Amino acid sequence: MSKEPVAVVGVGQTKHVAARRDVSIAGLVREAALRALTDAELTWADIDAVVIGKAPDFFEGVMMPELYLADALGAVGKPMLRVHTAGSVGGSTALVATQLVAGRVHGTVLTLAFEKQSESNAMWGLSLPIPFQQPLLAGAGGFFAPHVRAYMRRTGAPDTVGSLVAYKDRRNALKNPYAHLHEHDITLEKVQASPMLWDPIRYSETCPSSDGACAMVLTDRAGAARSPRPPAWVHGGAMRSEPTLFAGKDCVSPRAGKDCAADVYRQAGIADPRRDIDAVEMYVPFSWYEPMWLENLGFADEGEGWKLTESGVTELDGDLPVNMSGGVLSTNPIGASGMIRFAEAALQVRGLAGEHQVEGARRALGHAYGGGSQFFAMWLVGAEPPSS
Amino acid sequence: MPPIRDVAVIAFGQTDHRRTSDELSEVEMLMPVLHEVLDSTGLRTSDIDFTCSGSSDYLAGRAFSFTMALDGVGAWPPISESHVEMDGAWALYEAWTKLLTGEADTALVYAYGKSSPGSVRDVLTRQLDPYYVAPLWPDSVALAALQARALIDAGDTDEPALAGVAARSRASAAANSHAQLRSPVGQGDYLVRPLRTGDCPPVGDGAAAVILAAGERARELCGRPAWIRGIDHRIEAHSLGVRDLTDSPSTRLAAERAGAFERPVDTAELHAPFTSQEVVLRKALRLGDDVDVNPSGGALAANPVMVAGLVRIGEAAARIHRGASDRALAHATSGPCLQQNLVAVLEGDPR
Repeated sequence: MSKEPVAVVGVGQTKHVAARRDVSIAGLVREAALRALTDAELTWADIDAVVIGKAPDFFEGVMMPELYLADALGAVGKPMLRVHTAGSVGGSTALVATQLVAGRVHGTVLTLAFEKQSESNAMWGLSLPIPFQQPLLAGAGGFFAPHVRAYMRRTGAPDTVGSLVAYKDRRNALKNPYAHLHEHDITLEKVQASPMLWDPIRYSETCPSSDGACAMVLTDRAGAARSPRPPAWVHGGAMRSEPTLFAGKDCVSPRAGKDCAADVYRQAGIADPRRDIDAVEMYVPFSWYEPMWLENLGFADEGEGWKLTESGVTELDGDLPVNMSGGVLSTNPIGASGMIRFAEAALQVRGLAGEHQVEGARRALGHAYGGGSQFFAMWLVGAEPPSS
Repeated sequence: MPPIRDVAVIAFGQTDHRRTSDELSEVEMLMPVLHEVLDSTGLRTSDIDFTCSGSSDYLAGRAFSFTMALDGVGAWPPISESHVEMDGAWALYEAWTKLLTGEADTALVYAYGKSSPGSVRDVLTRQLDPYYVAPLWPDSVALAALQARALIDAGDTDEPALAGVAARSRASAAANSHAQLRSPVGQGDYLVRPLRTGDCPPVGDGAAAVILAAGERARELCGRPAWIRGIDHRIEAHSLGVRDLTDSPSTRLAAERAGAFERPVDTAELHAPFTSQEVVLRKALRLGDDVDVNPSGGALAANPVMVAGLVRIGEAAARIHRGASDRALAHATSGPCLQQNLVAVLEGDPR
């Protein structure tokens, strides 16, 4: 017996900001969940189960916060599952929720991911000293900068490419009312003049720390038929993991990312991603990851990703728009960032992305990664239901 | 609606649960168990279609603690893998749903937890409402004592009956070489009234692993697969003030959805870390005296946090594997005073 087709019929986000001091964690997640329910024109009673994700508990200082959040998310009396796969968690959480519908365990599922970074200090949360293990004292940027440098050396990319991505994503964010950074006076020169943090990564080429939540309502074929607005259909989804560090790891283009994308394309019947996919929301916390992931995800041949970026292909009005919402570079509530990618991909194929809508987007990819580039989660959504 | 495919537990392994394991990292604690379940089925890491684990960063004292365990699993070439920040029983639930979609035929599920490096009573207070309750540091034993007091006041049990649960559990554990407490321990002094030390679980470290397989694959790999006939979990409100602590409606509902009441079970492995919680669960699950409850000794004999729920499913499945049970119920819990509960019903093929 084949899987049940799965549709996204509701999407909700909070306005992402540096610190939401006006709401508790419960208030934050409830805001996103209610917006997703409103979009789907459903109530709490229509939800069969809740799947929640976020990055490490140390980021808010609450152990297994889903226990305390059960009431706020209408989960009392229902199944509630908590996913944690590092930075890819927002994507993984959506995929676990998808699985509940695809396996016909539940008809309609609410999935939500959040991070309220202002409750604590993410840098501290990642830097707890553990015996015999190297602490990540330089933060994520310190970990990823050498990989960016390796990419530049390997491909011969000029050192201007990173700033082009940042300039594009920050301009896209101006069209997205939920984006954290709205830099109305942004110029390419300002990006290039910003301080160097972890060479070659500049201040304006890094993501902010955000408070925020993202929610989606997923449902089966019958639920989609009742949807008041166009659904987004899940055509493929996959997760892949590889070890953090080992001699054979390609930190520039991890095999787990390639395998994950290949699995999704196989499920979705994508032969040529560059031609068959209309828009991409990819996880780019440091600007250089756009050209790197363009290659890893099969949109460009090895060594050619930066050329797509440089030629304007990934601009909002380009041939393959990337991070129409402004991306992680403009909004980064860590645990929610992956789900925002998935949700924004869904908004595009539903035609509901507002000012950052890609005209006629029929198939869109949502991408998330985490850890030391070792966890990947992706889905491909389409405007039409899957044929098989 | 019946599940799309039949899925079974085909292998189970666990560590010897111990008060401390200072000399071992979590990965070192876990690895022998992973090898045990793989060896028992003849499978290699590359034969496993999906891997899912359960653990807690707060026990490990560091963020992303599960990543080190994943390196130990040997995720190369890359594997399809996920993690729940919950007891391993919920990791098994996620793996079960993955198998139902047909995207995988086999799954490896594991969980680990070390309580010894810190004070687990204090650590668990960090699960509570962070604004109104956690700042008061009410510990897990104190909260369980509230529940026990409510039960006694309601006339559902009394202290001698609780002592009986403790004695029976530890006596059963004598036959379980993995258990931490394997002989009767005195009821001891009050820890938090009305709970005495004997009513409370030991604090310990441990790991467990399970392999799941679907349909014919399960029969190829296991002489007598423990078929998961149903599995469901439910959560209740967090605040103790809005719950009837003498009852467990989430357990009852999960059991109903898992089909537990359709036919009697012969065995029940209950995740009841406190004697008083067994009283609540027996009532919610309508278990009669003819059901063998916690033949392993249960969580009163070994309670590695984040693992003990998966161990209940594993113990129930292992009894089916060896023909000691035909239809068994397994239960896992999470949160203060049985806030969240999972129930699985396992069956062997007719003999």
